[in-house]
Amino acid sequence: MSSAKIEVIEKYCKGCAICAEFCPKQVLEMDAFVVTVARPQDCIACMQCELRCPDFAIKVHKG
Amino acid sequence: MAKKVAVIQGNTACALGAVYAGCNFFGGYPITPSTEVAEVLSEELPKVGGKFIQMEDEIAAMASVIGASLAGSKALTATSGPGVSLKQELIGYACIAEVPCVIINVMRGGPSTGMPTGPGQSDVQQAKWGTHGDHATIALVPSTIPEIFSETVRAFNLAEQYRMPVQVLFDEIVGHMREPIEFPEPGELEVINRTAPTVPPEKYKPYDTSFGDVPPLAAFGSNYRFHVTGLNKAQDGFPTTKAEYVDAEERRQVRKVESPENAANIEKNEEFKCDDAEVLIFAYGSTARSARYAVNKLREQGIKAGMFRPITLWPFPEKRVAALGKQVKAIVVPEMNLGQMILEVERVTKGSCALGGVHRVDGEPINPDQIMSKVKEVM
Amino acid sequence: MSYDYDKWIRPGKLPHIWCPGCGHGIVMKGLIRALDICGLEKNNTAIVSGIGCASRLPGYIDACTLHTAHGRAAAFATGVKMAKPEMTVICCGGDGDGTAIGGNHFIHACRRNIDMTYVLMNNHIYGMTGGQFSPCTPTGAKASTTPYGNPDPIFDISKLAIGAGATFVARTTAFHATQIDKLIAEGIKHKGMAVIEVVDDCPTTYGRRNKFRSVVDMMKVLKDTAVPVVAAAKMTAEQLEGKILTGVLYQENKPEYCEQYAKVIAKAKGA
Repeated sequence: MSSAKIEVIEKYCKGCAICAEFCPKQVLEMDAFVVTVARPQDCIACMQCELRCPDFAIKVHKG
Repeated sequence: MAKKVAVIQGNTACALGAVYAGCNFFGGYPITPSTEVAEVLSEELPKVGGKFIQMEDEIAAMASVIGASLAGSKALTATSGPGVSLKQELIGYACIAEVPCVIINVMRGGPSTGMPTGPGQSDVQQAKWGTHGDHATIALVPSTIPEIFSETVRAFNLAEQYRMPVQVLFDEIVGHMREPIEFPEPGELEVINRTAPTVPPEKYKPYDTSFGDVPPLAAFGSNYRFHVTGLNKAQDGFPTTKAEYVDAEERRQVRKVESPENAANIEKNEEFKCDDAEVLIFAYGSTARSARYAVNKLREQGIKAGMFRPITLWPFPEKRVAALGKQVKAIVVPEMNLGQMILEVERVTKGSCALGGVHRVDGEPINPDQIMSKVKEVM
Repeated sequence: MSYDYDKWIRPGKLPHIWCPGCGHGIVMKGLIRALDICGLEKNNTAIVSGIGCASRLPGYIDACTLHTAHGRAAAFATGVKMAKPEMTVICCGGDGDGTAIGGNHFIHACRRNIDMTYVLMNNHIYGMTGGQFSPCTPTGAKASTTPYGNPDPIFDISKLAIGAGATFVARTTAFHATQIDKLIAEGIKHKGMAVIEVVDDCPTTYGRRNKFRSVVDMMKVLKDTAVPVVAAAKMTAEQLEGKILTGVLYQENKPEYCEQYAKVIAKAKGA
């Protein structure tokens, strides 16, 4: 079980899907052009989604 | 103690006037016939801790001046002909972003490369209308070497006071002519610095009109930070396309120069034997030197001539010229162009008197005889 | 731990204007982290840009920010830096702004070796005006003004910067987010002209015309074509064909412009 928590700021998300595509654990999925955290338990807090989000829409909080 | 006296070029007087005014940044690019302004300042500015930079082109020179001014400097550039054309976009930037700076234009013939070593007065309408978009203009036109010194000081004062670019236009004749000058002592001429903000940094807006039509300007690198853009902006400095903000800001930026009370403060004219004049010579810059001689000669011949010489060319001295137009029978406008300021004289006198122009674009100065002949012709 | 971008973002300015998937947002985040790494003070930091999509970046950053005219960022920034050499001056903008209309200012800022950092976002296109080709649009590529394919050869921005005299030149891509802050921070700390080229993507006006199905495809290309300079040293010219070299490409110490001018002042005052 991951202790990381992924926060999505939906009003900032423009639906580019970069985060979901390059997540090494397939934690994220796109739903109606907004990212959703589909498998939070698999998150390894590598921060790649937060780093690559162009829109300041993802924050990864480590436990 | 006797004042320091010297015989110097107009361009040198301009450079020394700038130093007197507290100029501490010059960004330029070599161009005839204004280059001596840069040469003198390359020597004088570092002596007072100021900065001189020769940029890679005319546009860069103007850009560096605006950047330096935003960082708190009193900044100057000097150029001529094609250089003035190249600077136009950024003169507009300084207008809309309201950045104080002074642009010296030592006028030569044109258009294009034209006659680089010959004088001209054909940039006077460009000074008003050169950059795109609606904007106000302050342009000064000194005609003697001491006046180039003092008007350069006044240009800095107006730039800082009204937070905008101010142009000083004189032609190659006075730029390169040498005349005696008695240098004013420090403190003798008024030197005005820009109004600094008084509000705490978190309340500061770079275009806050609650302080009047000229909002205080903070400097980059002080305790204030803000955003500057060439886009239409709101009072906080950030871009906007909201009609009411855009309209209000554009109108304010024109009003701060052209409202009757502000224009009166900026206006400066010389009236030579105008009181009883029946014919008026409207002349500026080096051409006014011939006009003055012509007035005296005409008076010897029994013709009541006078000269009106704007020292501030823009905003145009509308009221005074209109009043004189009602007093005299005719106005003669000599200028080294094919008829530019005569259009303004015509506009404001509204046909109240006869008008005649003396125009010359062959690189030779207008001589008094030409003016006198025209006066006799129109009388 | 999640990075707190809010300390450098002006309140209320997000979301930004850039299109979905535009790399400029990734670069802006990298720049913010770099400002933080360098411990810069907001009042002492000037961020200067020209015109174009990338040039809208300064408006979001809580510092002394200057959005100038098209191509003129480096020239305005030179004035700021000369007037206040104690300030940290950063330029940012795109490839058309920096290397076409602003090419002269860019190379001369490099030549002077003035202490500033130029973050050049190279997305191979004029995005804001709708996708016209820039000096960095690949030969053969489609743009709104190259309907038959681009006949022009391209600028290699980093080589241009090195040739012009910049003393710190680095390149990365919008995909390599962690390298962006590292290289910009190194550039800021470097005394002299630093150029950080970030190869970027414009899905809206470049990607769509050039058969990229999505922004993800564009990111994959950035990922796959980037080769670190260390690895590149062991590769053949053939293997390096079409690759983007990333990392610090060039670094040297040379006299810095404002320091040189300080000597001029000292000389003038002593004379």
